[in-house]
Formats: sequence, C-alpha cells, structure tokens
Amino acid sequence: MWWARLLNVISGLLAGGVAASTTSYESIATVTVGAGGSTSISFSSIPSTFKHLQIRAITRDTDTGGFGLTTTMNFNGDTGANYSWHWLYGNGSSAAANSGSSATTTALGWTTGTAGTANTYAATVIDILDYADTNKYKTNRLLYGIDLNGSGGVWLSSGAWRSTSAVNSITLNQTTKFAQYSSFALYGIKG
Amino acid sequence: MAAGSTYTPIATTTLGSNQASVTFNSFSGYTDLVVAVNGTMSSTGNFYVQFNGDTSSNYSVTEMYGDGASAVSARYSSQTYAFCGLLGTAQGNAILNIQNYANTSTYKTFLARGNYPSGYVIARVGLWRSTAAITSMTFAQASGFTFQTGSTFTLYGLASA
Repeated sequence: MWWARLLNVISGLLAGGVAASTTSYESIATVTVGAGGSTSISFSSIPSTFKHLQIRAITRDTDTGGFGLTTTMNFNGDTGANYSWHWLYGNGSSAAANSGSSATTTALGWTTGTAGTANTYAATVIDILDYADTNKYKTNRLLYGIDLNGSGGVWLSSGAWRSTSAVNSITLNQTTKFAQYSSFALYGIKG
Repeated sequence: MAAGSTYTPIATTTLGSNQASVTFNSFSGYTDLVVAVNGTMSSTGNFYVQFNGDTSSNYSVTEMYGDGASAVSARYSSQTYAFCGLLGTAQGNAILNIQNYANTSTYKTFLARGNYPSGYVIARVGLWRSTAAITSMTFAQASGFTFQTGSTFTLYGLASA
C-alpha cells in the first residue's frame, strides 16, 4: 500500500532525528518599515480560521526626544473608548503599575527615537486570544521591552477590547513614525 | 496574505550529565528564535547567554521580578554577558524570544521570562550591541554553577511570511 510506504518513510525520517514541522502555528503576514518611516502599520483581511493570533515585532520611532510611550494598537479601525489595559513594568530601578480604562486604544509600551542608542529597537510579543469568537470581548497579553544600555524598561501587560466582533484588522500606531527596519510579523495559532 | 507553517523545532539538548554550558550553533533561515530551558542548576542563580562567542562588554539587561514579597526592577549595563534566566536545585524554566536575530541593520533585543516557582518570577529585556547576525548562542552561569542532568534546552525557529 502506498500510504503504508509513505508512513514508513515519514517514520524513518523522524527516527533519524529530522525535526517535524508543526502545522499549528502559521505565518500570516509581515510588514517591515521602509526608509521613510510610517505613522502606522496594519494587518487587514485577517482570516478567522485560527484560534489565537500572535504579533512579534521590533520597533523604533522617529521621535527626536528620549524614550517614551508612543506605541498603541486598535482593532477593526475602532477608535471609540472601548479599550482598557493594565501594565506591570520595571524601569531598571523600581517596579510599578499603571492602567487605562475607557481608552481609545490599547497601550503597548515605550520605545526610543533618534535620541536613544543607535540601532536599538524595542521588542514585543503580543497574544490576542480567541480573536474570532463573537461571544467574547477580546483580551490580549504582551511582553514588551527595550534596553538602551543604561535606560529602558520591561512590561507585562493585559488589554481588552470591549467588542464581540471578530478581529479582522489590527493597526499599530506611532505618535511620530515607526522608524526604518521596524518589523511586525503576524502569526495564527490553531486550536 | 501569504501563509506558511512555522515554529519549527531546530534542536533539543537533554543533558546526560551535569554541564557548565550549552551551545546552539546551527540555525538559519528564520526570523525569530525561541529557546525553552527547563531544568535545574547546582545552586540557585541567574544564568546568561552570549552570542557569537562575544565576551566583550556589549550586553545589557533590564529586568523586573517578584520574589514573593516585593516587586523589584534592576539593570545591568555594559556586561560581558546577558542574564536570561534563573534556575536552582528545584525545577524551573525560562523562555527566550530572540527577535530578528539575523537582521544586520539592528542591534539584537531579546525578551525572556524566567519562572522559578520556588522563589521568583522574572521578565527581562536584553540587548546585544551588535549588528552581526546571530550564528551561535551559549548558555552558562557566571559563578560556575552547572546545569544538572535531565535539563533540556530546545531551540525553535519562526519564519515570517
């Protein structure tokens, strides 16, 4: 039987130490910012075929000042006061907490611009759970950080979007611009 | 939108004896790397990562942790290695996210969560001030503590569309 031979081949490959690739975590799209910078980036037409979404990004901004809160996120173009968030963060000398309610966006974290260490980017991993479930408001969690060899911070954050709509687009915003080489990758996780 | 399966297991090291260090040096073709460390160490302490064998003062870390009594933040600047996890004689784990590890236009930033249920929970951001693509990484402990038999180090690669 051809299928039995195929199974044997696969079994042999695995026994030989070849890593099995998983099909439960898929790359959906990537945006990398070009030389002119960008005030926002968007993922649109997000398929509803996954269970969860994950965004993995590195970001820098074009602010001429220091290091500050500049990066936020909206879903489905909604800029109403439908967001809330909580942070736990450390700035290198103390840990503190902050929150926002009835906000018009979800706060992600601080980043740096031209006044910060050259070539240095914040990193973040954002998980958006049950993004297509029309029976739930949408919650997300993130780990976010930037280290500038003398300043910076690390964040654990939760966020909520009070909507039962399936998330079909995500916009990340900058108060100035995302700088060149900032990169955003969207992944889908199957359930 | 393009799509493709990823989060590929690249290598796993399961220690058959106590070891002072573990190195991964064969990975390419991905956007991000994830390392999962799960195990014990001969004594409780932070362990570190160095990239591409660089032992110069090109590393820095900002961390936040809870020890069961208080929440604390600390920073380590211009270090010869970057703390990335904490283990001890009880079981613990650490997950590292090394973002855009092959981007030759940026310094390399990693995010780490350290989970040591007997004492600490930690979030860290680390910086390696180099634009070189990461081609190897070594995990070790500055005071010579050893990773114990049975500890596992698993490297995954994530390729974005």
